[in-house]
Amino acid sequence: MAEETLLTVEDLSIAFSQGGRETLAVDRISFDIKKRETVALVGESGSGKSTTALSVMKLLPYPSASHPSGKILFKGKELLGMSENEIRHVRGNDITIIFQEPMTSLNPLHTIERQIAEILDLHQGITGTAAQARILDLLSQVGIPDPAGRLKSYPHQLSGGQRQRVMIAMALANEPDLLIADEPTTALDVTVQAQILRLLKEIQTRHGMAMLYITHDLGIVRKIADRVCVMSKGKIVEQGPVEQIYTAPAHPYTRALLAAEPKGIAPPLNDAAPVVIKTDNLKVWFPVRRGLMRKVVGHIKAVDGVSVEVREGETLGVVGESGSGKTTLGLAIMRLIASDGPIVFMGKTVQGLQFKEMRPFRRNMQMVFQDPYGSLSPRMSVADIISEGLGVHHPKMTAAERDRRVLVALNDVGLDPATRFRYPHEFSGGQRQRIAIARAVVLEPDFVVLDEPTSALDMLIQAQIVDLLRDIQKRRKLTYLFISHDLKVVSALASRLVVMRNGKVVETGPAAEVFKNPQSEYTRALFAAAFSLEAVPGAVVAQ
Amino acid sequence: MDAKAEVGRELSEKIDETSSVSPLGAVVPPERRRIVLSPINKRRWENFKSNRRGYWSFWLFLVLFFVSLFAEFIANDKPFMIRHDGRLYFPAVVTYSETDFGGEFETAADYRGGYMQKLIAEKGGSIWWTPVRFSYDTINLDLPTPAPSAPTWSLTEAQCMAVVKKKGLKSCSDLEYNWFGTDDVGRDVVARLIYGFRISVLFGLTLTIVSSIIGIFAGAVQGYFGGWTDLLFQRVIEIWTSVPSLYLLLIISSVLVPGFFVLLGILLLFSWVSLVGLVRAEFLRGRNFEYIQAARALGVSNAVIMFRHLLPNAMVATLTFLPFILSSSIMTLTALDFLGFGLPPGSPSLGELLSQGKSNIQAPWLSLAGFFSVAIMLSLLIFVGEAVRDAFDPRKAFR
Repeated sequence: MAEETLLTVEDLSIAFSQGGRETLAVDRISFDIKKRETVALVGESGSGKSTTALSVMKLLPYPSASHPSGKILFKGKELLGMSENEIRHVRGNDITIIFQEPMTSLNPLHTIERQIAEILDLHQGITGTAAQARILDLLSQVGIPDPAGRLKSYPHQLSGGQRQRVMIAMALANEPDLLIADEPTTALDVTVQAQILRLLKEIQTRHGMAMLYITHDLGIVRKIADRVCVMSKGKIVEQGPVEQIYTAPAHPYTRALLAAEPKGIAPPLNDAAPVVIKTDNLKVWFPVRRGLMRKVVGHIKAVDGVSVEVREGETLGVVGESGSGKTTLGLAIMRLIASDGPIVFMGKTVQGLQFKEMRPFRRNMQMVFQDPYGSLSPRMSVADIISEGLGVHHPKMTAAERDRRVLVALNDVGLDPATRFRYPHEFSGGQRQRIAIARAVVLEPDFVVLDEPTSALDMLIQAQIVDLLRDIQKRRKLTYLFISHDLKVVSALASRLVVMRNGKVVETGPAAEVFKNPQSEYTRALFAAAFSLEAVPGAVVAQ
Repeated sequence: MDAKAEVGRELSEKIDETSSVSPLGAVVPPERRRIVLSPINKRRWENFKSNRRGYWSFWLFLVLFFVSLFAEFIANDKPFMIRHDGRLYFPAVVTYSETDFGGEFETAADYRGGYMQKLIAEKGGSIWWTPVRFSYDTINLDLPTPAPSAPTWSLTEAQCMAVVKKKGLKSCSDLEYNWFGTDDVGRDVVARLIYGFRISVLFGLTLTIVSSIIGIFAGAVQGYFGGWTDLLFQRVIEIWTSVPSLYLLLIISSVLVPGFFVLLGILLLFSWVSLVGLVRAEFLRGRNFEYIQAARALGVSNAVIMFRHLLPNAMVATLTFLPFILSSSIMTLTALDFLGFGLPPGSPSLGELLSQGKSNIQAPWLSLAGFFSVAIMLSLLIFVGEAVRDAFDPRKAFR
C-alpha cells in the first residue's frame, strides 16, 4: 500500500485581519493525502476545517486572509505561491470542491446542462454533441433518474439531494485527482445523506480519486474515511487511521467528541396523567390559486389530518424528513398559523381563537426555535429578550421581581446571570440556544414546543442541550413536543413517537417500541439511514 | 460566493469565540448599558470616521447649521448689545421702543438711523454691533451704486465718493461693507445667505423628518400585514406617484398663499412615499425572522413587534437614505423659490437669490453667491450621505 502522496499540507497557518486585528484561524497544521485515499477533517464549527479546505484551492478572501507560515504541495508543486492564472488551471481540473449548500451553489438562472457544459468547455474544450454525451454520462454516473429529461431542468426543479448529485457530476466532469467535499450532506435529510455518501464512495473507487472530506459528524467519518484529522480551535489535535481514532483516541478532545452522543432515558409514559394537548384530524392546507379570478385549484397539504395527544410530563417526538410537515404541525399547535380541526389545550378548545384571545394561553405554551442565531433579536439585551414575555403576561410585575425571574431562568439554563446585559452576538450558538430556552421557561409554562432546538449546534453542544432540556423538564414538570429530524436526539428525549411523511402520520406509538420494532417500511428506511447511514434501495424514501 | 459565505461564517464564529467572554466573565454594570454604543454601532462610527471627506463634511455642515441657527447674532440691523445710561440692552432679542432710550416716539427703535446713535452717544453709552450690520430684509439706503450694488471691496474711490461725502467719511474702506454686494432692492447678500441657509436646512430637516415618520409608518403597516393591505396601499401609492407633482405644486401654491408651513404641507403630500418601498421591503423580509415568530409565540402585540423588533432593522436603510432625502427636500424648496412659487416675497431664500442672479446677469455676485452656497450645501450633504451609506454597509471591507 505504498501509494504516492498527492497532497501535502505542511505547517500551514491562516490568519484573517479585520479592523486592524489579526485572528489566527488555522494554526500550523500538517497532514497529507495519498492517492485513492479519503481523509476526513473533523471538528466543531469554527475549528478552521472549511478554511483549511478553501486554502487548498486558494479560495480564501485574499488579501484579508494571509498565510503566516506553511506550504501546500500538490503533486510536488507549491500551490500557495502560484499566480491566479496558474491556480485557476489546478482548480476544477485537478482539484474540485463540493459545497455544503446545494440550494445556493448552483446558478438558479441556468439549466443543468448549461452549467455542466460550461465546465467541459472551459477546461477541456468539449462542446456540441460530444459535450452533451459526456453530460448524460456524468448525470447517469451520479444516479440522476432520467438524465436526458433532466438536461433542461433548472436547479429549483430538483430536490436537494438531486442538486447535490448535480454538484458532484460537475465536480467529476474533469476527472479530478482530489475531490474536496465540504460537509456535502449537512443540509440534506438523513435518508438522502445515506444515498449521497454511498454515491461518493462508489465514484471514488471507480475513478481512483483521493477525497478530503470535511464534516462535524463522526458517524459519517467512520463510514467513509480511511484516515482522520481531528481539528479543534485551528489545530489538528490528533490524526491517524479511522480504527485507531475510534478505538484508542489519544487526545481528550477526541474522546469528548466521541462521547458526545446524546444519551439518557426519556421520561416514562403515564397513561393516567392528564392530557395537555390534543389535536384531532388537524389540517393545514395552503391553497394553490390560479388564473385571473384566483380560483383555488388545489391545496398543498402541509399537515393533513394529524391527531396527536400529549400527556403531562411526557415528551412527544415528531420525526420525519424535511417537508414532512413537522414544523408546520408545531406552529399550528402553537396557533401561529391558521389550521383546521380542533386543538384542545388543557381541556379548553383553543382552535379558532383570535390572537388577543389566545394571549392568556400563551403563558402556558411556549416554543423554542431551530436557529439560535435567528431566534434572538440582535438589538435587545439578553435580559430584555427573556423578560419580554413577562411584560406581556404580567404587566403589573415590578421591575425587581421581573429581574429576579430572569435570574432564576438564567440559572436554570446554566448561564451566568451576570451576562444578562450583553447582546446575543456575544454568545456562542449553544449559549444562545440556552437563552432561547430561558425565554420560554421564564413564563413557567406547562407545555413547550421544541422545533429542532439542537440541529444548528455542534455535537458536543447538542449533547449538553439535550441534557439541559431533560433536566428542566424534570425540575419544572414540563410537557414537550419535540420536533427533530435527528433520530439520535429524539431517542434520548422522546417517550412517545410520531413519524410523519408528506403531512401524514406514518407510524405512532411509545418511542421504545417504535425504535425497537418499526412497523412501516418508511420508518425502517429512516432508521437505517439515521443510525447506520445505510441507504435502502428502492423508492421508499425521497431521492 | 458560497465559499466566501462559508469562510465568513467560520470566521465570525471564530471571532465570536475569541471575543465573547466566558459566562463567568466580568459583570457589565447595568446602568451603563444604555450609553455604551453596541459594538456594531461602534464599528459603523469608526467606519464613518474613516471616510475623511464625509466625516469632515459632517462636522462642517453641523458647524454651519449651528452657526446659522444664531443668525440674529451674526447678521442683524439691531445691535447685539447696548450700554445706555448704566443699563444693558439686548436689541437683537428684545424689541425696545425709542422712548426706552430717551427718544420721542413709541415706535420700535431704528438703530441704524443716526438719531438713535446720537441719543446713545449723548448718554455716553456704547453699541456692540453684530459682525454683519444688515439683516436679511435691511435695505441699505446709502448704496454707492444703484442696486444691485457690487461688493464694497471691489468699488473704486470714484464710485464711493458720493456716499463717503454724505456720511462724512474719508474713503471707501470706511463704509459698511456689503461683502458679496447687494441684491436688486439693496439688501445685503451675506445676510440673506445666512438666513437663507438656515431656512433651507430647517425646511429640509422638517420635511425629511415628517415625511420619514409618515413613510416609515405606512411602509411598516404594509410590510408587516402584507396581503390585501399591502396590495391596496401599493396601488394607491403607484397612482399617487404617477401624479406630476411639480405641476400640482405650482397649481396649489398659486391657490393657497404660500408660507413655510403651507409649502411644507404641499411638499409633504408627495415626499412621504420615498421611504415607503424601502421600509416595506425591510418589514416584509423581517416579519419571517424567527425572533418575530418567537415574539408572536410569547403573545407580544403587533404594534410592539413592529416597533421593538422590526423597526430597528428598517432604521439602517432609512438612516442611509436620510441625507439624500434631506438634500432633495432642500433642492425642491430652492427650485420652487427660483420659479417664484415658494416662500413669500421678501423671505430670505436661496432660490430667490438665484432667480435674481438670472435676471441681473450684469451682477455676477448674485448668481455666484447663490450658486456656491447651494452647491456647497448640497455637496456636503451628499458627502455625508455617502459616508453614512458606507458606514452601514456590512460588506464593506475593513482595513
